Amino acid sequence: MATAFQPSLSADQALMEVEAYLDRAQRMSLLRLLTCGSVDDGKSTLLGRLLYDSKALLEDQIAALHVDSRKSGTQGDNLDFALLVDGLSAEREQGITIDVAYRYFATDKRKFIVADTPGHEQYTRNMVTGASTADLAIILVDARKGVLTQTRRHSCLVQLLGIRHVVLAVNKMDLVDFSRDRFNAIVADYRAFADDIGIDTFTAIPMSALAGDNIAAPSAAMSWYGGPALLEHLETVPLSKRSMQGAFHLPVQWVNRPDSGFRGYAGRVSGGAVCRGDAVRILPSGRRSTIERIVTFDGEIEQAVAGQSITLTLTDELDCSRGEVITAEAGLLEVTDRLAANLVWMASEVLNPGRSYWLKIGSQTVSATIGRIDHLVDVDSGRPAAARPLGLNDIGHLELLLDRAVVASPYATERDLGAFILIDKIANTTVAAGMIDGFPGRRAADDRAAHSDRIFWLGGNKEDRSALAVRAFRRLQATGRLAFILDDEALRDGLSSDLGVNEKDATERVRRAREVALLMARAGLDVLIAIDAPSSAAWPGRIIEDTDVDQLGADEWVI
Amino acid sequence: MNAPTTFPPKALSHLDELEAESIHILREVVAETERPVMLYSVGKDSAVMLHLARKAFYPAPPPFPLLHVDTTWKFRDMYVLRNRVALDSGMELIVHRNPDAVARGINPFDHGSLHTDLWKTEGLRQALDEHGFDAAFGGARRDEEKSRAKERIFSFRSAHHRWDPKNQRPELWSLYNAHKAKGETIRVFPLSNWTELDIWQYIYAEDIPIVPLYLAAPRPTVIRDGLILMVDDDRFPLNEGEVPVERSVRFRTLGCYPLTGAVESEAATLPQIIQEMLVATTSERQGRAIDRDGGASMERKKQEGYF
Repeated sequence: MATAFQPSLSADQALMEVEAYLDRAQRMSLLRLLTCGSVDDGKSTLLGRLLYDSKALLEDQIAALHVDSRKSGTQGDNLDFALLVDGLSAEREQGITIDVAYRYFATDKRKFIVADTPGHEQYTRNMVTGASTADLAIILVDARKGVLTQTRRHSCLVQLLGIRHVVLAVNKMDLVDFSRDRFNAIVADYRAFADDIGIDTFTAIPMSALAGDNIAAPSAAMSWYGGPALLEHLETVPLSKRSMQGAFHLPVQWVNRPDSGFRGYAGRVSGGAVCRGDAVRILPSGRRSTIERIVTFDGEIEQAVAGQSITLTLTDELDCSRGEVITAEAGLLEVTDRLAANLVWMASEVLNPGRSYWLKIGSQTVSATIGRIDHLVDVDSGRPAAARPLGLNDIGHLELLLDRAVVASPYATERDLGAFILIDKIANTTVAAGMIDGFPGRRAADDRAAHSDRIFWLGGNKEDRSALAVRAFRRLQATGRLAFILDDEALRDGLSSDLGVNEKDATERVRRAREVALLMARAGLDVLIAIDAPSSAAWPGRIIEDTDVDQLGADEWVI
Repeated sequence: MNAPTTFPPKALSHLDELEAESIHILREVVAETERPVMLYSVGKDSAVMLHLARKAFYPAPPPFPLLHVDTTWKFRDMYVLRNRVALDSGMELIVHRNPDAVARGINPFDHGSLHTDLWKTEGLRQALDEHGFDAAFGGARRDEEKSRAKERIFSFRSAHHRWDPKNQRPELWSLYNAHKAKGETIRVFPLSNWTELDIWQYIYAEDIPIVPLYLAAPRPTVIRDGLILMVDDDRFPLNEGEVPVERSVRFRTLGCYPLTGAVESEAATLPQIIQEMLVATTSERQGRAIDRDGGASMERKKQEGYF
């Protein structure tokens, strides 16, 4: 808290001071960063030092640090800054960091959230956890040891997770006599590796976290270094915030229906901006609507931007539910049941290619199986290695098959719809983190799209649906088309005789209807699907409501 | 209609980001769990958490009840605010008092740490089990204490309400995994990434009602073991001949009045409190007797189910 105030201000003065402060704080940005590197590179010490030097520590915490340093410190009579952040007693006993610790500090320019992540290989999953939300990564290297396997592994992960800003912190310079040559050699070594794995730029800073050199202030012992001290760099590095310029996407998190008169779609804007009156589409169904209102606790607002949690209403009464995505540009997102992705395996149990896992992406959860493991990633070199089922801390590139389509995007363009986790269906644990980099099913999807104009999903309730199907069928017949009504009756006897009435079987019934419809469409038939199906499952093709039949002429919707 | 978006997009501030993240978490829990509940302790963090919940689900009231695990030893002002806030929010308020602790007259003067064990730890377990809640929102922040700095936002408890700090699920991006085994429950901390200063700034900016005890006023106090304690009612056992001294004090944290230390302060308005925060030399948990048993005591209490 570097902001200084006069003690014992009057209430009026305090109000003015605080309002001025709040005004500044409103413009203060937030930087999320992580510290990572090999074990014993001094990560916790660096972080403790940052907290200490930015004056984020309060008097009683410093008093406790003095006591703890004497009791279990490793620095003799000096303060052991690592004790500030090594929270769990198990860690203190082992003298290592085994989990992610989050720390908070602020300067006059910025607020910081720091994830302190472990160096031991068996806890790499925790480092990935910390990296997933970070804008900047500090990769620590011990000046005596140089670039190690863990340095390379963590750099690979940092690159894979798309962290744009990398700081190579060459620590413990005091132990190599602040040698410029040693620093340059390590930087050259790292640059070669960084080029190899696709880290284009990084900032290298020589430092001693223990002594405070080049942390908050430039180091007198390393006057040969012309760059910024660490804290100055953190305060000034340009932020790679969520894209506000891109297209508007809102994954629907929750449908707010307090009464029959209000239907709001709640979620966090994952890209772009949205205004009242904007035209939108809802995926996966592709239906169109218009933003009616943006509703907040503090009244209606005109515009919402990426990062905000909002509630929208639409001008049309649509059955849009959790997992669907409201978007301004449907073309930028994929609706697909096949994904290609880089996967970081986080469970001790090896990936089982025959098993299905829950896959959560945005607010969508589907069942997924591994289609094909293309290759593993050798994290020492960043290069592909021979394929095999992934074990703990392995990274692999593979293909996933989903039991229904999700709305997705490549991770590089849209994190909120490009990142996913896999969940073990029995143990309920998070076993993997994935980042989408392609859609192998695209050709099949295109093929489907080519025939989707022959497929119609009939909306409304069961009785209306039958009547609607008959009307639509007659229209199609009248224009000379061959049409078929795929309804419960058509499906019941042979095709779905093994299915019951539970939710899983209902999903399967819809899937079978879809595949049959695609086969018929390929054969040149128009297919009217008249079964119970949630709108999110009504693809490919389009949903026909009663009003569509009334309002649209035959030329618009038939053929 | 369909006018192009021509507004210059506004940049989100630190508080905007924190608010949006918390609202996302609150909605995710409601979407993915069966029977959530919000633990409401009447403190400033609870006040912010409840305010965020009202924002998250507006215009509906938050679709879960408030649970106050009462010890019968809270400050009187806390009970007053609790009842008012429950009424304003339109939410159901469940007050749970451990019947065993009631029957045995457990109090902080005679029973030491048993007081916290029975009223809070045991009381919380009873309430969660009795109502079958599978997810409970808590207002804990990671900046409060070292073992909390490592806790996930979605933190799982065994059927016996124990926390296993070595076996936490990785928590990536904003993808929260709410899948759990039968009997397991989740503690969810929507304020994980807020600091004490953020909380005060937000209370000020949003004009959120808080217990007046946070503001300095002359109050009857005595000193016990270096803590300034307020004599909030006649159950406080005074030493022979002892007369409470009126001091201008405020509280940085609120709990059971005989266990909660005050700080001497003249800060009677929110801006003055924030101003004191900005030059503060003492962190807030110092006022809590529970944290003084040794560096690892909070971690041990948490493993046993203390919130």
